[in-house]
Amino acid sequence: MNARRVARRVLRNPLGLVPAVVLALIVLAVLCAPLLSPQGPAVASLRDSFGGPTGGHPLGFDSAGRDVLARLLHGGRNTLGGALLALAVALVVGVPSGLVAGYRGGRFDAAASWTANLVMALPAMVVLLASRAILGPTVWVLMVVLGVLIAPSFFRLVRGTVAGVRNELYVDAARVSGLRDARIVARHVLVVVRAPVIVQTALVAGIAIGLQAGLEFLGIGSGDTPTWGAMLNEAFANIQRAPAMMVWPGLALGLTSASLVLLAAALRDALEGRGADPVRRRRPATASTASTAPAGDGGDRAGLLSVRDLAVSYLLPDGTVREVVRGVDLDVREGEIVGLVGESGSGKTQTAFSILGILPEGGHVSRGSVTVDGREVVGLPERGHRALRGTVVAYVPQEPMSNLDPSFTIGAQLTEPMRYKLGISRAEARRRALDLLRQVEIADPERVLASYPHQISGGMAQRVLIAGAMSCDPRLLVADEPTTALDVMVQAEVLGLLRRLQRERGLGVLLVTHNLGVVADVCDRVAVMHEGRVVETGTAERVLHDPREPYTRTLLDAVLDQVPARPPLKGRTP
Amino acid sequence: MVSFVVRRVAAGAVLLFVVSALSYLLLSVPDTDVGRQILGSGAPTETVAAKNRELGLDRPVPVQYADWLAHAVRGDFGTSWFTGENVVRAIATRLPVTVSLMVGVTLVTAVLSLLLGVWAGVRRGAADRLVQVLGVLGYALPGFLVTLVIVVVFAVRLGWFPAIGYIGLTESVPGWLSTITLPVASLSVAAVAGVSQQVRGAVIDVLRQDYVRTLRARGLPPSRILFRHVLRNASAPALTVLGMQFVGLLGGAVIVEQIFGLPGIGAMTVTYTTRGDIPVIMALVMVAVVGVVAVNLAVDLLVGWLNPKARTA
Repeated sequence: MNARRVARRVLRNPLGLVPAVVLALIVLAVLCAPLLSPQGPAVASLRDSFGGPTGGHPLGFDSAGRDVLARLLHGGRNTLGGALLALAVALVVGVPSGLVAGYRGGRFDAAASWTANLVMALPAMVVLLASRAILGPTVWVLMVVLGVLIAPSFFRLVRGTVAGVRNELYVDAARVSGLRDARIVARHVLVVVRAPVIVQTALVAGIAIGLQAGLEFLGIGSGDTPTWGAMLNEAFANIQRAPAMMVWPGLALGLTSASLVLLAAALRDALEGRGADPVRRRRPATASTASTAPAGDGGDRAGLLSVRDLAVSYLLPDGTVREVVRGVDLDVREGEIVGLVGESGSGKTQTAFSILGILPEGGHVSRGSVTVDGREVVGLPERGHRALRGTVVAYVPQEPMSNLDPSFTIGAQLTEPMRYKLGISRAEARRRALDLLRQVEIADPERVLASYPHQISGGMAQRVLIAGAMSCDPRLLVADEPTTALDVMVQAEVLGLLRRLQRERGLGVLLVTHNLGVVADVCDRVAVMHEGRVVETGTAERVLHDPREPYTRTLLDAVLDQVPARPPLKGRTP
Repeated sequence: MVSFVVRRVAAGAVLLFVVSALSYLLLSVPDTDVGRQILGSGAPTETVAAKNRELGLDRPVPVQYADWLAHAVRGDFGTSWFTGENVVRAIATRLPVTVSLMVGVTLVTAVLSLLLGVWAGVRRGAADRLVQVLGVLGYALPGFLVTLVIVVVFAVRLGWFPAIGYIGLTESVPGWLSTITLPVASLSVAAVAGVSQQVRGAVIDVLRQDYVRTLRARGLPPSRILFRHVLRNASAPALTVLGMQFVGLLGGAVIVEQIFGLPGIGAMTVTYTTRGDIPVIMALVMVAVVGVVAVNLAVDLLVGWLNPKARTA
């Protein structure tokens, strides 16, 4: 992103504009100190000590009768100048070493990282105080030390960023094409580092000013030079007599530091292309439940799951509403596996989430009706919907590993819902969990129960998730691409398992998938989704062999092997 | 686990050695006549030379350091050059003040950051923006400025707490509370600002995880998911930041103790370092580094306990 666009974005954000203006004013005032101050910062007359504002002296006088405005402006030169020096040293030390360490790695990286960690482990204030004892009370030398102390923050930032791009393809390509390292760094690596370094600079500048003023406040700077910290020190010494003296230097210091940090935040937002916060989700518009839309399967609504004219909308950050599901009709009866197929982005998963009431933030059912076990769930309060989850309708997710909590054992995760939903004892829940793991064909249930998610394989994890879905004896299973993340062999096993459980327990299953092979393997009926709508429904055999919609045909043509569809179950009228 | 602790303690010992050598070397660089400083400009040259000999300053710096190290490993940090106090005893009487300050700040920070961070992360919207602005301000304003404002408002204007002084915990608990409240509050502002942002970020991050959705789909109530699963997973990054804040807190303690007149090792650092009292400075630096190493080790162990993946690695 080019600099001008970033600047425009920062200035359009009020949290960027205000600090930028405040900083510019402070810097300008401080630069023009000799012009703006009524007298020299060291000119003192005891007659005026603690004197209030007068005509030529708008901020009054301090304890020694020196003009506060003059000291404030000249002090700003020393305070800001000192911080600038520290910042420059930190940049000069931190950025090049970070570049080399991140780009080259190896021994230099190891040594530099070790040094950086060492410096970061040092309490800065103690080191600075000790250096003052060594080097004498010259602020400028102390600022160099301070610069060295904060250099590791730049080093680590640059090193991390560079190491991240070092092995990127475009850097490799540049290397292969014979560019010298220096050129690669200049052309490709510096560009990546620039933005984070700018943000960090604003942030560190704020901290440097604070630390510098803190040192001055402790009275370890050089006595007579006016600085904001020294002014605060002086004011604090007279706190009982004139507490208001702290206002001006305090305000100058606070405004400068806060502006820098706010500016850093605005810069980061602009560079990351982040706008305002996402709009808080409004109450979902009450969906019209009594739908008169055409019944999907050309018949009565199924008892277990029936979806009519379902629409799901998302409120986008810019305030517009986007409909991702628009008028879906769907039925699942007991003992039946219905496939919901379509390419990614067709709204399959959103449909599944609406049935479970677990749409992500910003999404809501904007229209239509969903009945689970005869009960309308659109507009049902969270508590009522929760009562259905687990015991009536259960969920098998797509990606097995990310759907298990990494901090708890499999046993804890399996037993928790059972104990909560069924109110059974810990021992009973454990017995049931072992039994469930056996049912999902896990050979060593005791060991798996005691394992953490990272200790088991993906296929095993998917079996655990199926066991978890089955744990409270649901009658409807919503499985969202349950085999997509698994390799082919495991896929077949998991599908076989689903089929077996469905047959043994008479479950209804809504199987969301993009894989027509899976549909052919296990589904009784299928609904094809395209751009948020169901375009075709029918028995799996009919849809796969004799698709009526052009879109279904396109989907089928995309599959290389024409697999024979599974014949419909006997005695069932779809 | 045991080998992890042993390795970390060994690394800490190496760090202590390097820091002590560097500090000693640097402290000895300036060609100041310590004996002259102690005895004053009026003392005769022979007496000053005798004083320097007595302190061992006539020997080369590496020999001085080796001597210091030989005593230090046995827990003998010598006596202050300027006051003649036993260094270990001087620190031992002041350390409890600083430790009670640190423990107070850590507890306050942990509790407040957790509340604010979870509130912002779960509620989002206006609550979130409020916590974020407070976080930026708490982070941006220099710690000593915040402390000064707190002193002016609560001690000078309102008079709720004493502006200065310290009453030991063992002397009187209410007295201790009255003297420690403002210092703890002053130091906690920046720490809460930093840690609550981390908690907020971690909570938002965990709430977006697939397993949270799956837990909801199992029919568990949000409160249970939040307190059992989200907090457990969000606590590791928050703890890491809390540990990182500790180094900064040590620096803050120096200023806060100075402002409130607390007789801790922070205020001690200011007095003794400005005089160049090497035995005391060395011991103080060692205490600070040991504190940092110990806190980091404790944080790593806690994170390992919270995160099973890190535990087995």
